[in-house]
Order: sequence, then structure tokens, then C-alpha cells
Amino acid sequence: MKSLFEIGRYFVFLTKVFARPEKGKMYFKRFFEEIYSLGINSLGIVTIISVFMGMVITLQTAYNLENPLIPEYLVGLTTRDSMILEFSSTIVGLILAGKVGSNIASEIGTMQVTEQIDALEIMGVNPASFLVMPKIFAFMFILPFLVIFSIFIGVTGGFIISATTNVISIQDYLYGIHYAFNEYYVTYTLIKSVFFAFIITSVSSYFGYYTKGGALEVGRASTKGVVYSSIFILLFNYILTQLLLT
Amino acid sequence: MIEVKNISKSFDGKQVLKDITATFHTGKINLIIGQSGSGKSVLLKSLVGLHKIDKGEIIYDKRPYSTLNFKQKKQIRREIGMVFQGGALFDSATVLENVMFPLEMFTKMSPAEKRDRAEFCIEKVHLENANKKYPSEISGGMQKRVAIARAIALNPKYLFCDEPNSGLDPKTSIIIDNLIKEITTEFNITTIVNTHDMNSVMEIGDNIIYIYQGNKWWEGNKSEIFKTENPELNNFVFASELYKKIKKTI
Repeated sequence: MKSLFEIGRYFVFLTKVFARPEKGKMYFKRFFEEIYSLGINSLGIVTIISVFMGMVITLQTAYNLENPLIPEYLVGLTTRDSMILEFSSTIVGLILAGKVGSNIASEIGTMQVTEQIDALEIMGVNPASFLVMPKIFAFMFILPFLVIFSIFIGVTGGFIISATTNVISIQDYLYGIHYAFNEYYVTYTLIKSVFFAFIITSVSSYFGYYTKGGALEVGRASTKGVVYSSIFILLFNYILTQLLLT
Repeated sequence: MIEVKNISKSFDGKQVLKDITATFHTGKINLIIGQSGSGKSVLLKSLVGLHKIDKGEIIYDKRPYSTLNFKQKKQIRREIGMVFQGGALFDSATVLENVMFPLEMFTKMSPAEKRDRAEFCIEKVHLENANKKYPSEISGGMQKRVAIARAIALNPKYLFCDEPNSGLDPKTSIIIDNLIKEITTEFNITTIVNTHDMNSVMEIGDNIIYIYQGNKWWEGNKSEIFKTENPELNNFVFASELYKKIKKTI
């Protein structure tokens, strides 16, 4: 029963979020601020995760390909396709659910418990729309770029391994990352990233917006935002893969 | 003028406001007083529309709030300024940006006009040197003054203050009270202040409503409150030894 209530309230919340903006100019300004705050500020963590993921995939694949009949360039191909299909969208999505999701839930939750949201409402501003809509659109816009960036960095990580160790030659690695490239995989991963961006921002905002109480509840809202965003990312990863790749 | 007719409000079956009828006059400071948990905050939040009332009517200058459509309600909201207990300033904005916010949202003024208006409001609360500071960099009293400046930025017809003196020292409380008094008379606003600070009652209480267990228990002004024989109100007003001594001298 509680779950049904939460689902219903989430959709009611979305209708408030996507109501007509009071002043488009202000929302537009906030959109660019959120691109910086949610997207550009995440470049560091995306770089670190992606480079190590690329390196580890390359190493693990190379160590597991012991059959001499399997060509070495498949290590490069595996690194590239793993990064494109799963790691750069899903794993980066999960990591950002932690970073961006907790940030959003705690920011909005704090605004709720300190009556800043009531203050907006008293002024005649739709707080759900004003606070959340620019976050959703900004993250849906910037996450695909972060995913492309992550793919590039991950493949570069694999290249670093090929250049600094002898598990695979640079020529084989470079041949592998060019071999049998399927552009649709990129489209697929970008579609996923747009969905994940929506899930992270809307679910975390929802939990922040309905926070009641004090610091403890803000912390709980933040945790719930991260947990539920992660669950829905995994669920939609499966659904979208079924729909788009089979 | 704001009229309240027979309003009631319950939370989870517990009745918090019971059939309250009152009139809040223009150009005067109307105080809602009562013990913690008496229902005065719920009354204030019901008046501004943050709580939906179960029964009764709230009338803003002959405009019954409940019968208005969404657009008309929004219009009334824009005529309201509210000072929250904790200030409710936007943490990520400077003092100037906080005061400019309602102007940015709801006016077609040029950037220079908005800035001038915001600076005028900040001057009104004597915070000229705090323009570029963030809420976390100023004291609680200063935050309340910024909240007042933000509340008056759009020239409101109605000003609501939820415990504006809570957490402030007596001297700063007097500054805040005087500011509210000055703004109310200068701009002829209907001001409603929710408080349990007896100094405020003595300083600015033009019209006082005492809420007791969700009921309107008493109504009068600052000189009448000291002569009242109402036992519950006497227990509230003369709770401290100091006020008991004052009572004896009256």
C-alpha cells in the first residue's frame, strides 16, 4: 500500500515539476547553472572511474584470452564494446546516482526543512517546477556528453595498459578498437544515459521534496534517493536492453 | 483587511484549530499569541494557504480565498510577504540576490531598477553593507532583517511574520519589532505576527488574539492584556516572576 502511495505521489510530483514555468528566463539561467553544478563538476569522478575501468577491462580480458586461436586484437574490441555498451552508461550512471543523487536530495531536503520551499510557494512560485525542472533537463542534456567522454577515457585507459605493459601490443589494441565498430551501440548507450539522467534527478528530487523533520530525515531522504535511483537504473537498463538490442 | 470566519483544521484526526473567527486590520500589527503547540503557527500557515483548511472562510479584502481560481489565488500570493521563523533565505544566493529574487520572478523592471528597489529594501532594514554576503556569513538577527527586506520587495499588501524574534537577544528583538512597526504604518500593510514574546506584545500589539488549545480564547490590545481576568491568558502572560510583579503594580 505504501509503495502504491509513493508511486502515485511521484507521478503527482512530476505533474507539478512539468507545469508551465512562471518565467522562462529564470529557468533558462538555472538550466545552465545546473549543467555546471551537476555535469561539469562530475568530470573528475567520471575521468577517474573510466580510466581505471578501461585499464582493468583490458588487463582482465588479456589475461583470460589464453587460446592462441583467438586473435589478440579482441582485447581492444572487448574494451571498446564493454565501455560503450555497459560501463560508460550504467556504471557511470550508478556512480552519479551516488554523487548527483545524494547532492540533489540533500539540497532540496534541506530547503524543505528550512522552509525555503514554503517561502517560494508563498511568493507564488511553483517550487517543484522551479527547483527540479532545470535539474532534470540539464542532466538529461549533459549526461550523454559525460558518457561519450567516459567511453573515450576508458578506451584511452586500455591504451595506457597496452603501451606500458606487454599484455597486448599497441598495434593489436588499436586494430581492436577499430574492428567491427557498430555505431548503433553508441546510439543505444546514449538513449540509456538520457533515461538514467531522468531517473537520477527526478527520483532524488522526489525524496528531497517530501522530506519532513530535520537533519536526520534529510540524510534518510538522501540515502533513499541514491538507493531507489540505483534500483531503477538497473531495472531500466534491463528493459532498455531488451527493447533496443534484441 | 483579512477576515477569518469559523475556520477549523485537523491533522490525522486531531483538531488543531477549532472554529476560529477573527479580523486582522490594515495598517495595524495584529498579533497571534499562545503557548507552543496551541495552534498559532497552523493558523498563520492556513491564512497564507500553506495548509488547506477543513472548514470556514478566509477573506482577503472582500476576496474569499477558497472561491478563487488558481490564477486569482496566485495573485493574492504575490500580494503576500512572509518572514519565516528561521528566515528561509536561499543559501546559495547573496543578501542582494535574495531580496532581488521576487523582483526577478514577477516584475518586468530593468536590471538597474530591480537593483535599486532591492537596495532600497535593504537600506530600510539597515543592512547596506551586507549586500554581497551569503546567509551563512551573517547573524540570525541580520538574516531576519534580510527576510523582512525580501518580504517587502514586491510592496505587499499583507505581511506575515512567524515568530520573528525567536532565537534573538532582547535588543535585536526590539530592532525587529520596530522595523515591522515602521513598515506596517509607512506602507499601510495588514501585518500579522505570530509570537510568544511578551516584549513584542508590549511594543507592537495593536490587536492581539490569544489562541488556547486551538480556540480563540481572547482578543484585545496591549493595554487591555494587562488588565484581563481571563485565567488562561493570565497564566500565559504572567508566567515569569517579573511579569507577576508588574501585574501587582498595575
